[in-house]
Formats: sequence, C-alpha cells, structure tokens
Amino acid sequence: MQRLNTAPRARSDQPLSVRLAWAIGSILGFLLFWEVLALLLQHRHFPPPTVVFAAMMREFASGELTFHIAMTLYRVVIAFVVAMLIGSSIGILLGRNARADNFFDTWLILFLNLPALVVIILCYVWFGRTEVAAITAVAVNKIPNVAVTVREGARSLSRDLAEMAHMYRFGWWKTLRHVTLPQLAPFFLASARTGLSLVWKIVLVVELLGRSDGVGFQLGTYFQMFDVSMILAYALAFIVIVQLIEFGILQPIAARVNRWRR
Amino acid sequence: MSDVTSRPLKIRVARKSYPAVAGRDEQVVLKDISIDIEPRSFVVLTGPSGSGKSTLLNIVAGLDQDYEGEVDLGGPDVNIGYIFQSPRLLPWRTVGENIALALPDGDSRHDRIEEMLRHVGLDGFSSQYPERLSLGMQRRAALARGFITEPDVLLMDEPFVSLDDPTAQGLRELLIGLWNRRPTTVIFITHDRTEAVMLGTRILRLSGANATIVQEETVRLSPSERTDRDKVRAEQNRIFEGT
Repeated sequence: MQRLNTAPRARSDQPLSVRLAWAIGSILGFLLFWEVLALLLQHRHFPPPTVVFAAMMREFASGELTFHIAMTLYRVVIAFVVAMLIGSSIGILLGRNARADNFFDTWLILFLNLPALVVIILCYVWFGRTEVAAITAVAVNKIPNVAVTVREGARSLSRDLAEMAHMYRFGWWKTLRHVTLPQLAPFFLASARTGLSLVWKIVLVVELLGRSDGVGFQLGTYFQMFDVSMILAYALAFIVIVQLIEFGILQPIAARVNRWRR
Repeated sequence: MSDVTSRPLKIRVARKSYPAVAGRDEQVVLKDISIDIEPRSFVVLTGPSGSGKSTLLNIVAGLDQDYEGEVDLGGPDVNIGYIFQSPRLLPWRTVGENIALALPDGDSRHDRIEEMLRHVGLDGFSSQYPERLSLGMQRRAALARGFITEPDVLLMDEPFVSLDDPTAQGLRELLIGLWNRRPTTVIFITHDRTEAVMLGTRILRLSGANATIVQEETVRLSPSERTDRDKVRAEQNRIFEGT
C-alpha cells in the first residue's frame, strides 16, 4: 500500500510523444482486429467499427448523443463527489478511532458485499424513481470502497510527523493541510481512479431501471430494438469521455501530488 | 522572550514506566530523576541505549504526559524547539517551505529563512524536496528549522547519529556557531562521548535498569578549545575516566 503509484510513475517517465504513439498504435490495432472479425463473421448483430462510427455521427448530429451523455455525466459527477466526501470522512474516522473501527468493520463488509442491483432496487422502492434516489443508489454503492481505501491511509499516518507538527505549533489547519492530507493523497487518488470507472458503470444500470434519459436509458431503448450499432456507439462515446477525464484531470493531479518523490 | 527563561528549568520524574504488554512485564524506564537546568546552558544527556534518554526528552517536550512527576519549563509560555533523531521533514514540502511552516503565518522571521539556510550551508537548496538531499543535508535543514523559531529551550535527540565523521564534525561546529550566536537552553542526547564533551557545558550520565542519573560533570572548556581535538580528548579522559 505504501507505493501505490509505482507502476504508473514508471510509465509516465517516458516522453509524452512515445506514450501517445503507443496508445494510438494500440487503438488502431484494436479497430483493425474488430473490422476484420466483423467482415469474417458477416452478422447483423456484429457490426464493424465503420458502421458503429456512422451510427455515432447520426446520433451526434441529432443532438441526442450529447444530451444523454451530458445527463449521465452529470449523475456520475454528483454521485462521485458525494461518495468521495462521505466515504473519505468515514474512512478517516475509522482509521483514527479503533473503537469505531471495531464496531463498524462488519457494517463495512456488509455494504461492500451488497450487490449494486439490490441497492438500486431498494432506493427506487423506498424513494420512488427520482433523481435523488438514483444518485443515492450510486453513491451508496461506492462509499464503502472509498472508506476502506482511505481507512488504510488514516491508519498509517505518521506519528513522527504529528509530533513534529505539535512541537512546531502548526495548529489544526496547518497540520491538516501540510501533514495529514498529503499523507492521505495517494489513497484519495487510488479510490478516485477505481471509483470513476465503478460509478459510471453503476449509473448506467440506475438509468436503465428508472430514468428516462442518460446513456443507460438509451442502451435500454436500443436493446429493445436489437440495434447493436447504436449500443456500441453510446458505449464507445462514453468510454472516450471517461478516458478524457482520466488523462485530462486525474493524471495531472497524480503527477502534481507525486512531484516530490525521488 | 529573554525574561521568560530567567528561571531554571526543573525536571522531576519520580517514576516513568511502560505498561505490561503481551508476555512482557511492566517496564520502569526512569526513576528518581531530578535535574535543574540554568538558562542558556548546554546540557548533554548520555548513557547506554535503553536508559530512557529519549523518553526523558519527550517528557520535557510535553509529548509524553504519562509519568509521575513534574516539569517546570521556567515560565508560562516557553517556546520549545525539538530536533529529532531523524530529520522529520515533510517530504512533500520543499526545504524552504519546511522551515517556513515552523514559523507562525506573517512572522517577520520569514525574511530570514534564506539567511538561516546560508548559515547551515544550504544556500540555494530552498526549493529542493528533502528526499532529493543527502541525510547530512536533511539534518542541516532540520537544524535550520530548529533555530529559526528562536526557541527558549532546544531539545536535540542524537541529531548527528549515522553520519560519517567529517559530516558530523562539520555539523557539530555549525551547532557551536549557531549556539554562540544565540545562546539558548539546550538538552542534547548523544552516545558519543567526544561529542558530549565538545558541545556540552554540563554532562549528565544516565544508567541502570530503571535509569537514573549516575554521574554529573561540568565541562571545563572555553568556546575556542571546543574545536581543538587534543583539548577535547584530554577533557573526555578526565570526565569518563574509569567508566
């Protein structure tokens, strides 16, 4: 747990152009493989990437794609932020308070193993098919993961540095900002990265079961029509968005947080 | 600030023990300790490992409050500096930031950080991260942090241990220089008898299973004699003869 980011750091030592070349080459290779496979199979439920891309462009031109992705993204962001805030608070509390940890440990295991689908169904049954119910269901699914990861970080906070901060009269704010949070940063980052991919997958299920917009709702609609091209078009478009968040937001934050490492 | 330390620092520890843990009995680490320290004197605590020296320092610092006894720092708001055995710098903050953080926000001494770094030989290293520096340089940064706050009482727990001899010697001379420039009450722990004689005005030796003070000596060396190896060795022989 100590060196959470050793592997990504080793890769990021390569120049950007090299990494980009590998990424592009790899994606082109995948599309080629897919195209050839589709040509060989010749089945209407296995469209080649060119057909999927055409479907994506049609949906984009009508404005549907942008609208539904925006709705899904909005739910992802709210649920993600709520889950990070609540999960981190619980994790820090349990990591610092042995009695609370002893008591709530089994609760955490219970919630970790509760199937996402059960949480979603219960939220819709109890709160109705509302936006709040949908976002709550997603957040509740993610909170235990964040809590467990951050708890690990809070348990391993350095006593040496806490004593140093006390002797040099840091006060609570300076201690939090310069001593505690930097020690927790790798754990926040780890749970944010795993969290993003988990949250968006659950959001789709929530939309499929109880919303009338968003990527999940659209997937449900096209499933009823057996329109595989459109299903793949939505899935691919959303993967691209999530990767943009990873490269554009999470990785620069990771680089900044780790800049002091040797 | 100077009138705060006009009274001596009094340390009274009747008993300090660590509670029994699985398989081990309760362990008494300090017993019947009574030390009075005059302001601006440099007291060295020495003795074998496990004789409770660091525990005593943590009691004076207020980090350990679970003991029978009393510590009177000599005033109501005495500013204590602590230079630990490991440098304890924040690895995610630069050397300059680490030193600045020891000062209250808006303190005028922030302007003197560069000057302090020059004194300890870290000129131009202000924006470096600690992990990119050698241990000796990290220790210099910890010294700078300890001195910039201008403490009334400075506690030092083997701050030069595990350094090669020339580096340690350089840091000792640096410490003498800093202390001569601004004399402050120092309690300094070391295993190294040469270091004890070179730095201290008074030496206390702790020993025994539940440690207590077994020897107390005044070092008879002038500031200039302290960097003279022969004078230091002669004084060392006088003090530690037969121990």
